[in-house]
Amino acid sequence: MLLSMEHLRKEYANGKVAVDDFNLNVDKGEFICFIGTSGSGKTTTMRMINRMLTQTSGTIKINDKDISQMDPVKLRRSIGYVIQNVGLMPHMTIQENIEIVPKLLGWDKEKRDKQAHKMIDLAQLPEEMLQRYPGELSGGQQQRIGVVRALAADQEIILMDEPFGALDPITRESLQDLVKHLQEDLGRTFIFVTHDMDEALRLATRVVIMSKGKQVQIDTPENILRHPANEFVTNLIGEERLIRAQPNIMNIKQIMRKNPVAISPDKTLSDTIDLMHDKRVDTLLVTDDQDKLIGYIDLDDVSRNTNASTLVSELMNHEVFYVQDKALIGDTVQRILKLGVKNVPVVDDDHRLVGIVTRTSLVDLVYDALRGATDEELSSPFNADIHAAANRDEDDSKDDNKDTEKEEGSDGQS
Amino acid sequence: MKDMGLWSQLIYYFTHNGMYVLQQFNLTFLVSIYGVLFGAIVGIPIGIWISQNRKLSPVIIGIANVIQTIPSLAMLSILMLGLGLGENTVIATVFLYSLLPIIKNTYTGMLSVDLDVLDAGKGMGMTRFQIMAKIRIPLSLSVIIAGIRNALVLGIGIAVIGSFIGSGGLGDIIIRGTNATDGGAIILAGALPTALMAIITDWILSLIEKWLKPKTASES
Repeated sequence: MLLSMEHLRKEYANGKVAVDDFNLNVDKGEFICFIGTSGSGKTTTMRMINRMLTQTSGTIKINDKDISQMDPVKLRRSIGYVIQNVGLMPHMTIQENIEIVPKLLGWDKEKRDKQAHKMIDLAQLPEEMLQRYPGELSGGQQQRIGVVRALAADQEIILMDEPFGALDPITRESLQDLVKHLQEDLGRTFIFVTHDMDEALRLATRVVIMSKGKQVQIDTPENILRHPANEFVTNLIGEERLIRAQPNIMNIKQIMRKNPVAISPDKTLSDTIDLMHDKRVDTLLVTDDQDKLIGYIDLDDVSRNTNASTLVSELMNHEVFYVQDKALIGDTVQRILKLGVKNVPVVDDDHRLVGIVTRTSLVDLVYDALRGATDEELSSPFNADIHAAANRDEDDSKDDNKDTEKEEGSDGQS
Repeated sequence: MKDMGLWSQLIYYFTHNGMYVLQQFNLTFLVSIYGVLFGAIVGIPIGIWISQNRKLSPVIIGIANVIQTIPSLAMLSILMLGLGLGENTVIATVFLYSLLPIIKNTYTGMLSVDLDVLDAGKGMGMTRFQIMAKIRIPLSLSVIIAGIRNALVLGIGIAVIGSFIGSGGLGDIIIRGTNATDGGAIILAGALPTALMAIITDWILSLIEKWLKPKTASES
């Protein structure tokens, strides 16, 4: 356990409780996003980790060491820190900015210089930029420096307080890629405060949803989309986003038709015709006595043969395209559409026939994607946006108002 | 001498009393420099201190403001009652008058430092002293120097008036000129170096101020 927080509580002098009974264990390499409305206590919680704020009660441990026993200055040097407004020193060059913490830690000049070059590479910026001043860089470039500056002394944990809130959507996306790379490929652990749900769902391995100082739900992005804990979470995620996420969280089982028309291989051709006529279908699925799917028979096969006593097993097609009931819609729909089949049988783990997906069910999906789902349709499982599977990231950016919950440290600079 | 023009008289005065004028020039200059130096030694820490304890700032700046409103001649006379005649009293007066611009500018400079930069510095693990030495002071130094510049120009004016309480200096020459019949040339002999001193000091400090302005671009 890299970082553990137990029963954290923060109460201000005026009696306002900012954080109440916060518990979280973070493993190395995780990407934790704190998300919530303004004043939900997410920034406060984050700032307690590097002791920019002191908790009223509760403990925070890093590598099993209680941080309240540690020197706050040393602690902060071991934790990366990135804030929304970047906070690069305007009177220092980019190189000097990157070298701040290594210098504080007493690294020699050569090692610092090497590290600065490594960091500018990591930020995907040209090396000439090291000699520039922050004022000469664009906002996105400055925050890239802000991010790598937080890693320059090989910090394991990096705290980020709405770091990309002030950037335009395109720049923001490229910076999200950068931090995701740092987490996935370099194994750094991130605690990331945001109020942008798309950002949280995109980056996090686990999302911590907070409201009024309390944890509402802690789970992976997939699970949060699949099972929002309560109405607050649903509202925070937004109905639109839930609908668009459905192809990625809904599986075939939820849209298939149950009780497909099936016939056993030992029936005769006349039985087949009768059944087709009864059910008004042109294709029958063939299952064995254990309900396992073994093939299909359609009108073509039937009409080619005039002998009414021919067995189904002689005429049926053994090559049948089927899908698993657990498969996600997003992964499956394109394949179904490409193959151009009229309907696709659905099987479970044991290859038993459990349902069928017809092109009509797909029409519903496309219809909802184009027309948008009304409230009434929301209750049916058919409204999903198949296009969203491909273009999830193309998204509206919500206005980013910085939280006002920040408070100066207890040892009060200015 | 009567038949000489004003300017010829002035040149005549300078050629015959050159060393004396220079002496008085130095005296005036040193008095104002000492006063401002003490002002800086006391005022800069006070400015820093009140920037950290914002509640005190109206009180301290208020006191400095009150000092500033007292006419300089009155202040000199009051201090003379306690400190007696001579340069020291003038230095004390210059000191008192330099407090306001120095404290005010230090305070403003400290507060003008971007809060995000300070937050980042603290969050990265700088001690309070390091934040002061590496962020606050470098970023506000030019504003502090501007305060010292104001104080020094003010101080030169006071040092000249200080001749009234016997500190000597260029003021002595001016007073002598006013007492003499047709002393225009003598007045100028005292007044011109005074004006020159103020202008040149102001100019030199403005250069220093510019030079100390934190560099924020690679080519300027």
